[in-house]
Amino acid sequence: MSTSPTLPLAFDEARKSGGFLSSLLSSDFPRSRILTFILLTILVVLAATPFLFSGSQPLSTAAKICVFIVLVASYDLLLGYTGIVSFAHTMFFGIGGYGIAIALERLGATWSSVAIGLLAALCLSALLAVAIGLLSLRVRAIFFSMITLAVASAMAVLASQLSGITGGEDGLSFQLPFELRPAFKLFSEPVMGVAVNGRLIAYYLLFFVALIMFLLLLRIVNSPFGRVLQAIRENEFRAEALGYRVVAYRTMASVISALIATVAGALIALWLRYNGPDTTLSFSIMIDILLMVVIGGMGTMYGAVIGATLFVLAQSYLQVLMDAASKALAGVPLLPNLVHPDRWLLWLGALFIISVYAFPGGIVGRLRQARQ
Amino acid sequence: MAEPLLQLSGVHTHIGPYHILHGVDFSIPASQLTVLLGRNGAGKTTTLRTIMGLWQASSGMIRFDGRDITKTSTPDIARAGIGYVPESMAIFTDLTVRENIVLAARSGPVEPARLDWMLGLFPALKRFWNLPAGNLSGGQKQMLAIARAIAEPRRLLLIDEPTKGLAPVMVRSMIEAFKALKASGETILLVEQNFYAASALGDNVIVMDDGRIVHSGAMREMVEDKTLQQRLLGLSLDAHQ
Repeated sequence: MSTSPTLPLAFDEARKSGGFLSSLLSSDFPRSRILTFILLTILVVLAATPFLFSGSQPLSTAAKICVFIVLVASYDLLLGYTGIVSFAHTMFFGIGGYGIAIALERLGATWSSVAIGLLAALCLSALLAVAIGLLSLRVRAIFFSMITLAVASAMAVLASQLSGITGGEDGLSFQLPFELRPAFKLFSEPVMGVAVNGRLIAYYLLFFVALIMFLLLLRIVNSPFGRVLQAIRENEFRAEALGYRVVAYRTMASVISALIATVAGALIALWLRYNGPDTTLSFSIMIDILLMVVIGGMGTMYGAVIGATLFVLAQSYLQVLMDAASKALAGVPLLPNLVHPDRWLLWLGALFIISVYAFPGGIVGRLRQARQ
Repeated sequence: MAEPLLQLSGVHTHIGPYHILHGVDFSIPASQLTVLLGRNGAGKTTTLRTIMGLWQASSGMIRFDGRDITKTSTPDIARAGIGYVPESMAIFTDLTVRENIVLAARSGPVEPARLDWMLGLFPALKRFWNLPAGNLSGGQKQMLAIARAIAEPRRLLLIDEPTKGLAPVMVRSMIEAFKALKASGETILLVEQNFYAASALGDNVIVMDDGRIVHSGAMREMVEDKTLQQRLLGLSLDAHQ
């Protein structure tokens, strides 16, 4: 008779026995009360944004947060869980955006165009991720990073040069399928004071796709595959000595991450009804993603939620806050100038330096550590 | 005479500009524990890493179970049934003890009977089952590294200095665990500097110096021959006890 009945062996044993929530979160709970509270608040506020705030800016900010949570979480799979530093993540984000933009602009504003555009973008991203992975994941980390940087730069130049297809520097504006346009009304009467139009439907499409993508990523990192990635990150030779083909696993992680970034790109294009080099392909977005992963906490997934939310909120509202502070301090010498809205980037930078110093393991790492 | 499970013939290994192994020849018989002895820098770890394909042999041949594995990749060597326990507590510290074990059982879930047997060898692991392996003590980490190597049946275990840096009490429990492993019929190539531990366990002994095999024979003969010990290792068994 086995004397080890309390020692479940399969990776998903706890998930099977832990009920719906455990299954939904792949047994990867936040493991900190404060973190749970913050995550729940973000979830509830994002879900209720159209009913809590009026005007288009809060809704746009919430939509951007949803997209960046997916984008940053997919990058965390690469950086935090696999230890791969890639600078080509925005390339896949851009491919998703351009897939939707080109398909809707060329084939007409229908759902089948959305499907074709997304499918084509996913195929291209998968091909590129496999090619980059197989050709360059064998080399040392720094060279891999340089290769991804070169490929991403080439893709950005290509998108600008092929103006007949991509709209060049101006990008592409396009019509959405009728059900996602502001003119479409699902109900004739407002619900809780909010008109249920195409814009609202587009927001909830983003919200639910983002939620599903995040839960999917959580499932992936907590699967046997995810554990192998973590083992590879910690010591690839040990993982090889156990019989795991490191390049194959790394390539697979790159492909999954690229596909999810592509979906995020498609979502942002659908929301903005526009796609251009600055919206999805820019290197500054890559830097933002890196910052969001580091600030939130690498290798935690939940860090992507915190990092993306904080960063997008700071980008959207820091200027407003500083304007208010500057006016409030009008009589005080020096201070109004110091917090003048024009200096928002300086303060944003200072905030990030402070947060990296204060939370070397990211906010999630710090909160979990505090609990222990 | 039965063919040995592992055979190295004239193996040379270079690491960058350095010529580390100079024509290493030895064979490992099945179901026996062979100890590889030698001073620091003699080439013991390089030998194990070369067998595992972590460093490619520049010439010579390595045969495992009659098959040439000299140019085989590390994952394929592991899949062929060779388990490797590197020195310095080579576990995955971010994963739990359970996850370390499950990760090692590549071909499927660990059988309950095997798990019982493993935890019988290393009972301390049971207490820390769901804790990060990084929290374990040095000895427990070493136990986990060995448990990981035997999480599924292996044809051959390569174990690099399992007692290095361990407290005497931990060395004794490690010796008991190896005795049990030996009794279960495992074939083991054990790199060890502690001659007391080596002599308590080994059926055969191979001594290396400067990347060459300088002695190979039965452990019993070496234990009984103090002059041989003095000549090959520079000290006798008595000094180690």
